[in-house]
Amino acid sequence: MKIVVCIKQVPDTKGGVKFKPDGTLDRAAMLTIMNPDDKAGLEAALRIKEAYGAEVTVVTMGLPKAQEVLREAMAMGADAGILVTDRVLGGADTWATSQTLAGAIRNLEYDLIITGRQAIDGDTAQVGPQISEHLDIPVISYAQDIKIEGDSVIVQRQYDDRYHILKAKMPCLITAIAELNEPRYMTPGGIFDAFEKEITVWGRADLKDVLDSDLGAKGSPTKIAKASDKVRKGTGEKVALDTNESVAYIMDKLTEKHVL
Amino acid sequence: MDFTLSKQHEMARMLFRDFAEKEVKPLAAETDETEEFPRANVEKMGKLGFLGIPVAKEYGGQGCDILTYVMCVEELSKVCGTTGVIVSAHTSLCCDPIQTYGTEEQKKKYLPALASGEKLGAFGLTEPGAGTDAQGQQTKAVLDGDEWVLNGTKIFITNGKEADVYVVIAVTGTIEKRGKLQKEISAFIVEKGTPGFSFGTKEKKMGIRGSSTYELIFTDCRIPKGNLLGKQGDGFKIAMHTLDGGRIGIAAQALGIAEGALERTIAYVKERRQFGRSIGQFQNTQFQLADMATKVRAAQLLVYQAAIAKNTQSSYGFEAAQAKLYAAEVAMDVTTKAVQLHGGYGFIREYEIERMMRDAKITEIYEGTSEVQRMVISASLLK
Repeated sequence: MKIVVCIKQVPDTKGGVKFKPDGTLDRAAMLTIMNPDDKAGLEAALRIKEAYGAEVTVVTMGLPKAQEVLREAMAMGADAGILVTDRVLGGADTWATSQTLAGAIRNLEYDLIITGRQAIDGDTAQVGPQISEHLDIPVISYAQDIKIEGDSVIVQRQYDDRYHILKAKMPCLITAIAELNEPRYMTPGGIFDAFEKEITVWGRADLKDVLDSDLGAKGSPTKIAKASDKVRKGTGEKVALDTNESVAYIMDKLTEKHVL
Repeated sequence: MDFTLSKQHEMARMLFRDFAEKEVKPLAAETDETEEFPRANVEKMGKLGFLGIPVAKEYGGQGCDILTYVMCVEELSKVCGTTGVIVSAHTSLCCDPIQTYGTEEQKKKYLPALASGEKLGAFGLTEPGAGTDAQGQQTKAVLDGDEWVLNGTKIFITNGKEADVYVVIAVTGTIEKRGKLQKEISAFIVEKGTPGFSFGTKEKKMGIRGSSTYELIFTDCRIPKGNLLGKQGDGFKIAMHTLDGGRIGIAAQALGIAEGALERTIAYVKERRQFGRSIGQFQNTQFQLADMATKVRAAQLLVYQAAIAKNTQSSYGFEAAQAKLYAAEVAMDVTTKAVQLHGGYGFIREYEIERMMRDAKITEIYEGTSEVQRMVISASLLK
């Protein structure tokens, strides 16, 4: 069985956020980590590999620096890594990103594609389902448990107050949530082995069945008007009251602020 | 000359730091308070390969260099000196001599279990009358048929009761050297559970309180003839060589403790306010921090240089002694200043800084006191 896992290098929010003059993130200047939902997706793929046998390929689109996150994935146990990088792909929104990744995945054999639910920098949760649309395969989102049964997957899909159990024939795409599992650590030897392996680097020319008009900033319907770091709020207000008084106090405040 | 770490080493540091912050740091205060060996974390480290970093892959290790191992001990010690020394004693004092001097059979028998953490290692050299003077050994091993019979006592043994495999140094006879009779010293591998091998009292210590420090007692303890490590009479050489490597591990532990204390102090002086401003704005604080950081950096360079020397040079005792001497004294100095900069809070157990000062002290003593390191360094200068 062959599994493709899409991962993204995202800013480590502990290290502060930096912007370019045009309002987009200055990714090269920030500390980075593997997106947590994607890491859970990778862990799920590695557990399937251990339980059923599988070849796990990780794919990322990004700057050449994004190789780091592929190495990390390989140090955790992924078999191969593919970096899709090209100047013409820069400034992509979710539409252009999913077109790019679908164009890369069309070159690969796969039974299962796993992506994270959403990235902590964009928080859209759109790329995974969009990839499945481009590839014309089923998608099960928000997976909190994944099992393989023959040529199908059985997935628990997280919902507000319950979960759904869905079965889908492979090939299909699953989006994983961070609560799916506790991702493993790398191993010291795994790190050094990962650097011995080749990372496949693809550019625009390697993408299959994708239009130029669907790629990069030009192919992105989303235009960023303005981006900013989180605004620091005031220290807030602390009050010590008993339960009834607290409820009354909060109701007053909500009315005062026209929330109610 | 290039002082930048390779991307592999940087990623390995990220791994060790991540593990230390998430798994080790939350338990460090409790480990110190209860003096309980952090067994769960040792098992986790075993599964991740942290207990076999420089052990060759063919024997189940990670096959990494000494610098990677040193960074592991450093990062662990930043948050918990106890955890740092557990890894150091296991790796440098048990895995290393077996990998260096063991027969193929011994390596195959012991290293995979040690490298995976299934078994923990320890080293028995020190005796009541043989600390710095390793020639003062009293523990004896006598060959009786196909077995060596061990009798004697070892003290202050790190990983003492928790270990499964022990490299033990003992006297096997006398030899004439330059017209004088000297003790013939040999090294052995002893397994826990061997009849005649028992444990004495657990030491109550000032620092690294979660590490299991015990007395090992051998009473007519019979081990197979094949458990002789190296050749008969090579024991002193094996012990000294092992300690050269061990000193790099302890230097890394000392470095980590100093770095941990410095990091916490920097954070503290930014927050702590006196006379209307943070104490980090006082020149006294700034100058102290500058000196501490400079010493820590110098110690790190010496420790890393010694680590690389162990991989690239046949003899590295000089580099190991300089690294251990300097890093240990920096650890003591920096943690003492860190307590002072924390003021009254530095003396309170709730803050981690006093633990670091207590943990630092032992690095100036074990695996060769600072005085021994000065003897080793000066002997090399004057030979």
